Amino acid sequence: MSTLRRDRSHGWLGGVCAGIARRYGVDPALVRLAFVIATAAGGAGIALYLLGWLVIPAGDAPGRRRLPTGRGAVEVALGTGLLLLSILLTFRGLGIWFSDAIVWPLVLIASGAALIWRGSAAVRPEPAPEVGVPGASANRPVETPAPVVSVEPRRTAAAVSRTGVGIALVIAAGFAFLQATGALDAARDVGLALIATVVVLGVIFAPWVLRLLRSLTEERSERIRSQERAEVAAHLHDSVLQTLALVQRSDDPQQVAALARRQERELRAWLAGRPAPGQAARLAPALEAAAADVEDNHGVPVEVVVVGDRELDPAVEAVVAAAREAMTNAAKFGGRSTVDVYAECTPGALRVFVRDRGPGFDPAAVPADRRGVRESIVGRMERHGGRARISGAPAGGTEVELVLESER
Amino acid sequence: MTEPRVVIVDDHKLFRSGVRAELEPLLEIVAEAGTVEEAEAAIVQQQPDVVLLDVHMPGGGGIEVIRRAGVAGLRPTFLALSVSDAAEDVIAVIRAGARGYVTKNITPGDLADAVRRVHDGDAVFSPRLAGFVLDAFTGPAPQPESELDLLTPREREVLQHIARGYMYKEIGLRLEISPKTVEAHVSSVLRKLQLSSRHELTRWATDRGLG
Repeated sequence: MSTLRRDRSHGWLGGVCAGIARRYGVDPALVRLAFVIATAAGGAGIALYLLGWLVIPAGDAPGRRRLPTGRGAVEVALGTGLLLLSILLTFRGLGIWFSDAIVWPLVLIASGAALIWRGSAAVRPEPAPEVGVPGASANRPVETPAPVVSVEPRRTAAAVSRTGVGIALVIAAGFAFLQATGALDAARDVGLALIATVVVLGVIFAPWVLRLLRSLTEERSERIRSQERAEVAAHLHDSVLQTLALVQRSDDPQQVAALARRQERELRAWLAGRPAPGQAARLAPALEAAAADVEDNHGVPVEVVVVGDRELDPAVEAVVAAAREAMTNAAKFGGRSTVDVYAECTPGALRVFVRDRGPGFDPAAVPADRRGVRESIVGRMERHGGRARISGAPAGGTEVELVLESER
Repeated sequence: MTEPRVVIVDDHKLFRSGVRAELEPLLEIVAEAGTVEEAEAAIVQQQPDVVLLDVHMPGGGGIEVIRRAGVAGLRPTFLALSVSDAAEDVIAVIRAGARGYVTKNITPGDLADAVRRVHDGDAVFSPRLAGFVLDAFTGPAPQPESELDLLTPREREVLQHIARGYMYKEIGLRLEISPKTVEAHVSSVLRKLQLSSRHELTRWATDRGLG
């Protein structure tokens, strides 16, 4: 790039120094230092800078202002105040001097105004400029999808406090001016009259304002209520009413029972605030989803009781898969009795029991070509460091016990 | 031995008449009630032995029925019967005084059996209730010196077997104790459930206005 352009994406104010630095390949800090020295030595720096800002065209960099906020904003405010001070001192050096009553308040006002403007500018919903690190983000091509929500209140708070400091500065300037010109006494009378007026108006209008606020709150909670109603209605329509419609059209009692059980499960999950089956990431919902599938596929009720819960990891998923296989077996060979599933999570171990009340079977008598039990239950558990035990219950039925001990 | 006289309390008429039709051949059904007020009137009038009690009903639910019966000076045995499987609902109605909890998908034979057992003074735990109790009694006890806040290893074992779907008789066989001993353990758990000050239990109860 051979032509001189203001580099707004790297600059602090108008990008004049950064532009010059880029054009001639020097460190922007040096250029800035030169301007500061020029300013100190008679104020020429400011005039030159302003001239440069006016004359040098802006570069084609994205128009996002690099003016820092946060800590940077305070520096800018300070800088503005100092710049103004140096201008005024320059004027004094030239023999033109205003009274102290004007000079110091002006400096304060300039600093305060800089703060307030930065504060209000920072509230704009732009991506937050990197606080206090000017120029550091130029190479970042894409804004990270940062935790905007969590950052937002902090940013707003910072902006508010900046604005507050700015306002305080401006007010202080006003007081300083009044003090210096001796108008403060009169101002106090005016202030008293003003306060009295405000109190009187407040007493008169307070009930009305309160009523207005309360009706606003009521309206808001009413709106929330009706939204909740609409949400419940929508859910019932999509689930229960659809199922009822299906039930009315079905002649097969077994299908009706299956529909009813599936709907019951889904509704329970919804009422309990658990994620619906299918989006399970923890043990309990995963086991319940597996039980639901087995129920739907084989038409045998499966009762799941889970004590404790834990996150799914590959080993726990293997336990769920083995439990599903055990449930399927129980549903197929359990004589159509209810299948009971009990899972217990303790810090030391995860145990799952799957039990039916069928005729029972002898695992040793299973032919070698029946791979279901051996591979998908026993083998799977062993591969993941657990174990499986299949036993005939003394009072009939079969129970599969899956154990996964934690290494912790 | 005479069969227990039973009142069925449930706000769903269809369910009431279904249960009645199923239990009529097995037990003596003396009344049905669809509201808290009807239930109170039926209990006062019929003085039943056992009340089959729906947990969820408008106007305070099963808990309110138990409370009003107590105010009227009557103490029939209550057996909670519900589709709800929210732990707090079930625990609340047990703490209010019910002797057991079964889910509505229980078979008629098992239900009649459960009614007879609560009538005989036993506690009836469904697998789901056993799971809730194990959940509630997991974790450190608030007052370690109080035996009410802890389950004994044997009680825990019995509850685990109930949760696994075993009947009391089968549990007795497996643990090599008599069914009566199993009953005693379950009754002891019921007592702890009703009297313990474990914060899980009290919290569930307070949520339902039991304090």
